[in-house]
Amino acid sequence: MNASAQVFAQLTVNGIAVGAIYALVALGLVLTYKATEVLNFAHGDLLAVSAFTAWGLITVVGLSFWWALAATVAIAALLAYGMDALIIRRIAGQPQFAGVMLTIALAFMLRGLISMGFGPESRNYPTPWTGQTTHVGGVAIANLQLVIVGMSLAVTAVLLLFFRSTRLGVAMQAASQNQLAAYLTGVRVKRVNSLVWALAGATAAVAGVLLAPITLVDVTLWFVVLKALAALVLGGFGSIAGAIVGGLLIGLIEQYAGVYLPDGSKDIVAYVVLIGVLIVRPHGLLGEAHGKRV
Amino acid sequence: MRFDYNTQHRDSFALLRHTDQRIAYGLLVAALLVLPWIASKFFVGELTYVFILCIASLGLMVLTGYTGQVSLGHAAFLAVGAYAHAWMLSKGVPLLVSLPLSGLLCAAFGVALGVPAIRVSGLYLAMVTLAFSVIATHVIGHWASVTGGFTGLAVSEPMIAGVALGGPKAFYFLCLALLVLVLIGLLNLLRSGLGRAFLGVRDSEAAAYSLGIPVSRVKVTAFALSAGVTGLAGALFAHHTKYLTPDAFTLILSMELVLMVVIGGLGSLRGALLGAILISLLPTLISRIKPMLPDQLAKQFGLETFIFGLILALFVLFEPMGINGRWLKLRALVETFPLYRRDTFKRSKRYMKSERYK
Repeated sequence: MNASAQVFAQLTVNGIAVGAIYALVALGLVLTYKATEVLNFAHGDLLAVSAFTAWGLITVVGLSFWWALAATVAIAALLAYGMDALIIRRIAGQPQFAGVMLTIALAFMLRGLISMGFGPESRNYPTPWTGQTTHVGGVAIANLQLVIVGMSLAVTAVLLLFFRSTRLGVAMQAASQNQLAAYLTGVRVKRVNSLVWALAGATAAVAGVLLAPITLVDVTLWFVVLKALAALVLGGFGSIAGAIVGGLLIGLIEQYAGVYLPDGSKDIVAYVVLIGVLIVRPHGLLGEAHGKRV
Repeated sequence: MRFDYNTQHRDSFALLRHTDQRIAYGLLVAALLVLPWIASKFFVGELTYVFILCIASLGLMVLTGYTGQVSLGHAAFLAVGAYAHAWMLSKGVPLLVSLPLSGLLCAAFGVALGVPAIRVSGLYLAMVTLAFSVIATHVIGHWASVTGGFTGLAVSEPMIAGVALGGPKAFYFLCLALLVLVLIGLLNLLRSGLGRAFLGVRDSEAAAYSLGIPVSRVKVTAFALSAGVTGLAGALFAHHTKYLTPDAFTLILSMELVLMVVIGGLGSLRGALLGAILISLLPTLISRIKPMLPDQLAKQFGLETFIFGLILALFVLFEPMGINGRWLKLRALVETFPLYRRDTFKRSKRYMKSERYK
């Protein structure tokens, strides 16, 4: 393998690992959007809260990584459930802008609470795979990256199975397609919607716990939600498969841009893609074309 | 209750129709004119900053409040205006030429963003403007030859015809004059045909289109106008900060601008002003209150962010009409006393049109 091919392979590996995180975050956004038609701008802060919770559980309380992950998922799910049941539900039926503003307000509040609770400094916590690498044909793959990809795949598979073959999952699909019809057939729409939010919170927690060891445990973790938005738009808004594909693509594009494009373009290429896709092909790669009802 | 009784045609054109209004606004103007000689230097500086943000907030209100186009990236226009102005001043362009020019340049940017952006609406537009703002900050950071990059760009002192306006008093009057100019201009524009077209596009694009309003052109015009006014505010902002860095124009500033128009009350210029006053004075207010709080709470980092979020959430949940709505209710209560009924302003349940298939 020559040098440039090796660089390319290394970038691809990194891109898939980062992309898997973006895909997980985008997945959480799709879930809440499909359930309540609210684009959750507080999703990134939910992720940051999870990262801080995991840090506290691992380094302060001294739990093992897996127990900490389970506890963090539970806490984030509970938090997201509460957010919908107590706050977001009140604006159901109002214009979409109200949802945007309310989730931005919640994002500010979560961010403020994190800063108040933990202070401005960044932290880090160990995982069972920190510092371990596997070499495949001259490409170094951190074991953590493998775990990230594996976990993302697992979460996606579990979610797909859940939606396809459990009563609750089917009820969630029904409620998202037509709330009134679902309600008439006995689905408890409000509770089901809050449960979808809890599910989204759980995916945010998994993404946060996995992302934080790569970057740092920091308030600025919420920025990942912007990348996830680009992923969503690229993949097609409102489609779960689109979220996954878009996330991976954005991860790859970012890594390639860092090497093959001029300096500084790595940070903005995701947003350029977002604008470009919305203008050229607003329904993304896998999304359905939406006609607007008058 | 008060009924308008016009005796002349031009009576119905007057911006201030009643004597009490004229007295109230006259007193306000008089108070603002004598203030620099009474108040402390710090307060005059704060008030100047409030005026600048008022102009920016008015700019965003035209777009979001009147035309219904959400922009989560207006800090980018503020940045373009500020940098353009600072750059032109450094090349020796006089202030009175450079101010309108930076506004015009921003309007051109508004058209450049507006033409592609109006292809999408609602959430997508919010995302496009958000992305534009992030890109703009990065480009400014990396285009070091013009903008000074991340190290920053010093802004020369404002001068008009050889007279320095650097002092707080002179700059205060410059900002006040521009604010009044922009406000009166917008007040008149928004009741002209174009302004009515804005409202039509906001309330129903289909209906506006069927009435012969060129919807896309109106939207792009709104973008240009909004960007231009915000750019003007940016130029003044450059003098206020005296030293420009890309960090001053982050997403947080964009969010604060959106906060101003939402908290103030969408669809009213008075709301834009009230929102700007509240949001720009809030940090000072919080730092004043801090000593009274228990030490545990006052020392915390992030209290400000939390309070911003809390206020926004409370307004969205309980008073979607914003401060302006509250003001209108109060006025109705006083004017119609004792006939005021709470139900006058009861919100009828509105259901958004779902984007789902049915």
